Amino acid sequence: MSHLSQRPDVPADVAPVGRTVAHESAALHVTGRALYTDDLVVRTKDCLHAWPVQAAAAKARITRLDTRPAYDVPGVVRVLTADDVPGTNDAGVKHDEPLFPDEVRFHGHAVCWVLGETLEAARLGAAAVVLELEPLPALVTLAEAIAAEEFQGAQPTISRGDLDAGIAASAHVFSGELEFSGQEHFYLETHCSLAHVDEAGQVFVQSSTQHPTETQEIVAHVLGLASSEVTVQCLRMGGGFGGKEMQPHGLAAIAALGATLTGRPVRLRLNRTQDITMTGKRHGFHAEWRAGFDDDGRIQALEATLTSDGGWSLDLSEPVLARALCHVDNAYWIPNIVVTGRVARTNKTSQTAFRGFGGPQGMLVIEDILGRCAPLLGLDAGELRRRNFYADGQATHYGQPVRHPERLRAVWEQVHDSGEVERRREEIDRFNAEHPHTKRGIAVTPVKFGISFNLTAFNQGGALVHVYKDGSVLINHGGTEMGQGLHTKMLQVAASTLGVPLDRVRLAPTRTDKVPNTSATAASSGTDLNGGAVKDACEQIRGRLEQVAATGLGVAAPDVRIVDGWATALGQDEARVAWDELVRTAYFQRVQLFAAGYYRTEGLHWDSTVMRGSPFKYFSYGAAATEVEVDGFTGAYAVRRVDIVHDVGDSLSPLIDLGQVEGGFVQGAGWLTLEDLRWDESDGPHRGRVTTASASTYKLPSFSEMPADFRVSLMERAHEEGAIYGSKAVGEPPLMLALSVREALRQAAAAFGGPDASIDLASPATPEAVWWALDAARRGAVGGGVDVGGAEHRPEPADPEAPVRLPESEAEQTVEPQLSDV
Amino acid sequence: MGSRTSTTTPGVDVNGSVRVLTGTPPHTTALDWLRSQGLTGAKEGCAEGECGACAIMVARPSTTGDGSTEWVSLNACLVPAAALDGQEVVTAEGLGTPAALHPVQQEMAVRGGSQCGYCTPGFVCSMAAEFYRSGRSGVPDPVPDAPGAEGLDANAPSADLTHEHGPNGFDLHALSGNLCRCTGYRPIRDAAYALGEPAADDPLARRCDQAPPTGRPTRLASEGAEFVRPADLAEALGILRDRPDAVLVAGSTDWGVDVNLRGVRAPLVVAIDRLPELRGLGVADDEVRIGAALTLTEVERRLDGEVPLLAQLFPQFASRLIRNGATLGGNLGTGSPIGDAAPALLALEADVVLTSVAGERTVPLADYFTGYRQAVREPGELIRELVVPRPLAGLTAFHKIAKRRFDDISSVAVAFAIEVVDGVVDRAAIGLGGVAATPLRARDTEAALVGKPWTDGTVRAAADVLAGEGTPLDDHRASAAYRSEMLGQSLLKLHAEHPLTGGADA
Repeated sequence: MSHLSQRPDVPADVAPVGRTVAHESAALHVTGRALYTDDLVVRTKDCLHAWPVQAAAAKARITRLDTRPAYDVPGVVRVLTADDVPGTNDAGVKHDEPLFPDEVRFHGHAVCWVLGETLEAARLGAAAVVLELEPLPALVTLAEAIAAEEFQGAQPTISRGDLDAGIAASAHVFSGELEFSGQEHFYLETHCSLAHVDEAGQVFVQSSTQHPTETQEIVAHVLGLASSEVTVQCLRMGGGFGGKEMQPHGLAAIAALGATLTGRPVRLRLNRTQDITMTGKRHGFHAEWRAGFDDDGRIQALEATLTSDGGWSLDLSEPVLARALCHVDNAYWIPNIVVTGRVARTNKTSQTAFRGFGGPQGMLVIEDILGRCAPLLGLDAGELRRRNFYADGQATHYGQPVRHPERLRAVWEQVHDSGEVERRREEIDRFNAEHPHTKRGIAVTPVKFGISFNLTAFNQGGALVHVYKDGSVLINHGGTEMGQGLHTKMLQVAASTLGVPLDRVRLAPTRTDKVPNTSATAASSGTDLNGGAVKDACEQIRGRLEQVAATGLGVAAPDVRIVDGWATALGQDEARVAWDELVRTAYFQRVQLFAAGYYRTEGLHWDSTVMRGSPFKYFSYGAAATEVEVDGFTGAYAVRRVDIVHDVGDSLSPLIDLGQVEGGFVQGAGWLTLEDLRWDESDGPHRGRVTTASASTYKLPSFSEMPADFRVSLMERAHEEGAIYGSKAVGEPPLMLALSVREALRQAAAAFGGPDASIDLASPATPEAVWWALDAARRGAVGGGVDVGGAEHRPEPADPEAPVRLPESEAEQTVEPQLSDV
Repeated sequence: MGSRTSTTTPGVDVNGSVRVLTGTPPHTTALDWLRSQGLTGAKEGCAEGECGACAIMVARPSTTGDGSTEWVSLNACLVPAAALDGQEVVTAEGLGTPAALHPVQQEMAVRGGSQCGYCTPGFVCSMAAEFYRSGRSGVPDPVPDAPGAEGLDANAPSADLTHEHGPNGFDLHALSGNLCRCTGYRPIRDAAYALGEPAADDPLARRCDQAPPTGRPTRLASEGAEFVRPADLAEALGILRDRPDAVLVAGSTDWGVDVNLRGVRAPLVVAIDRLPELRGLGVADDEVRIGAALTLTEVERRLDGEVPLLAQLFPQFASRLIRNGATLGGNLGTGSPIGDAAPALLALEADVVLTSVAGERTVPLADYFTGYRQAVREPGELIRELVVPRPLAGLTAFHKIAKRRFDDISSVAVAFAIEVVDGVVDRAAIGLGGVAATPLRARDTEAALVGKPWTDGTVRAAADVLAGEGTPLDDHRASAAYRSEMLGQSLLKLHAEHPLTGGADA
């Protein structure tokens, strides 16, 4: 057992780590006292409010921008334009995202911002600004961009084995296509920043951001300041889901620019319409594929080209694509493979990170292939999946050995057992035979998800831990809280490591002047990285206190134990020193009671120029069995029961982890079934406009989508050697368990047709989509839109002229990747 | 115009202390006003009453009609702050403190009911309103952590699932207007089902035993705009006569969307939701009269299933948070072709009673709509009540086609009222929504049914006719082709569910 993963040997009832505790802010949440960035406005004197001037064209040249009429509106204080930028006019790190554009690149693009004494004044001021546009031809759909060969960034390929030989050796070859939608984050709290200028020109920005350091860097480069002159704080977020990893930066920069120009605090909060029309979403993808199977259904070869809809600028599209390519295998051994990725450039919002970060898209492709091919192979889809699981000694297509593949089989078998899948399958068959207008389906799908940032350099974390003279503890770390319970876990880690009761530890909001150079709280890595750093800081302090206690107890330091607020000597139960007393003594002995902690994930390497390496510290595993019922008259459906077994290592905080699994699953189900993101694709006057830019038109899962019967188990005895206290990351992987909902809908739709019908199901599988699928099945369609043989249907290869993916493409160009040679 | 009858300073009792409204612009929502007061627990998530993050509780007359009070959850983002003049409001801050949590807050906190916490104050208010609902009874779920499989009958289609009521009588529909993006809802359901009865000394429960806040006239002017709550119908009709630009509000579920999303700033807003003449409800042998300004929740509870088609409609109509404010008068008054009340009332062959200073007139609802958001209602008129003739047809159903079962807008809505006598269709009225510029009657389909036997053959032929009714469009909710298919399928479904009917529920 590694030092990092080993838990203190203390009774479970006093061990903070592993205990079921409520979210650290739960009492504040439920009483309305938890503060979010916009709640600070009423507590801030003389605040100005910002409102964007949004262009109503998908692509256009700006022929006139006259801000003078805005100043005639009472209460308008200032209009911010490109001329006001003292530093770099760029909201991103790739210099393709002007903060104030001279060309409109998507419908809703903000061309300037109005500051007013009230939000009303700013809104009216924005309406008064004269904006004249000369429309340009725009690409709105992915299909249009592919046809126009409009791509941006690198077109990487991962390959292994001999594709042609694999295809030639396959008894069955199929090919097909799939296009599926993205997803709006719809964090309940929209983007918000509040900036003011502190003394001596220091800029202080409070922002709802998953990446305070990058927000700080962008604010600094826009303002022409050094990072040391800008501080960013994030109290907490009302949801992030990846949507606040890159997208807050430009908005924070606008607020900060306004504050420096007016000398007054500036609040920039997007309303829901602005948030949906201006900020990026999960990438929709198009996939073309050709797959070969042997007579037993074992995959022999896969060739696929995945094209993501990147929107108007790159943002995080390249790393999202990389993760999609790295997860197109999901849980399956594919000996011969060529998988290529492209990012289309469309006139839409710039699509970005969203929980899973390409992983869900990659997995959707392979699960769709298996779901459509299984009937054509004469196999049950679940059996087809199981036969292709990774086995010991196999490596992924990018060269990383798959550690613990037995966990895949373990969760698979456990979910079949606890979910009584075989018995229910028979029950469903009986039900379907008796009900002509209502059909049920059940499907089990696995998840294998790699944990760590693909880009090795990002896998580091920092913390700052203070022990005050009264024995109270204050911790800070580089991660942000967006509801995922990171802060709760960090409190548990700190209390466990120091050996104090949980209520002795407090956590202060995330700020860049406490812990610098942090990575985004993203990639499910928040606990791994920051937990390692908090533990490191606490161990330094505990080590010093053990010395102090050893002297007091008359033993050697290695024989001191600090547990639940008491220092004792090994084997001597009577002699003990209370924590507060120990801390006080240490202070008077001039022992340092604070420490900075640091953690770097060991053993990672990745070369993005050739897409090979071992970028992930470990894989998270899970399996879900979902049963649905579909109404044959409407396509409407209900999720009757979901069973999940998921591997979170040894859970640091079971209630938190359970919440992540359940919440991730339902969010994934939303993406795959209900959430139907639409743009105006017509040639009419609103071409390119998001037509689902509100809660009344974009429907997230509500109570009616909660599985009626929802049973989640965390895998037991799942200790993970290489991670904090034996735990595993949990933020993203469960989202992909929701692929079982889609596959269950496919099964239920198939039940309306003949016994071996292959079903081509659109994504999202809205009631309408399910209805068309079951209607096709009822009319006798069996082929699932799949071409048999399909040699003529080869996916398009990468463009040899496309730029090589630079190693630095997840970061500023000054950052050097660490390519260690483990 | 009527004269002002009160000189009280406008103000709202919030969490037990009165806060003054003077100087608040009439277009200010209750949400923005509360937040400007430092009560930032209620959040803006969508600003159109679709997410519930802004939910608060308001004291209202009890639907039991016994003169007591009930706590009603409302979307604060939709209600003008001025409409709360003289009212009592409780927010999440007023329910409890971190040191002394309210039972609802306690259950939500310990069961993982909050993750990011942003939607939580709204959930807490919706849940607390249901916690205090008179008539909610039962025992809390003893093991709510155990996954709930209540009522999962292996052989019953899922429409029969009973998982929407807890063993403690908690109706999950109380939370149908609250969205959470983090939890997946299961822990919130468990928190709701774990609630017991309010304690004997619970001050909000005791408040319910007292009379509700009395309405009072309000006149609040600021920034060139005015909010008026007239003292009586005569004053309201006088204002309408003199000011054709006046915007009427009852539940203000449309007003809030116009203000928040469309930037509409009406110069004069007139609140009519407490006028007694618009709040009557009468059930007689030959008709049911429903006041236009009763909230849908009030109609739902006071009718208590008396009109089965409406009883089917209400749970599918928006959310509890909306139904607590929205009215039938408002739903018809806005004239939206996708409002859900119109198809049902068309099938019920209801009449609309319009009133103005010139007097009253009655218009069949089938003649009421004249075009997209156009109707025969003249400036100066308001909808006073709806009259549903009796006897009601024996076979009625409301079929709503939408992406989401709770709180969604119909792609297509079909309401049926069919009388089958001795196996033959005696009369048929079918109301449609979402397939034309106005709600409409499916006259051709009705004709294809009446006088024919209620058989598979008749229904198939009529379903083909129904599929051709209206002129549905493609939009983000559904394709035109799906809408047309759904029209036909709805009749097939009705027949499949009621193949032998000679009367109700055969």
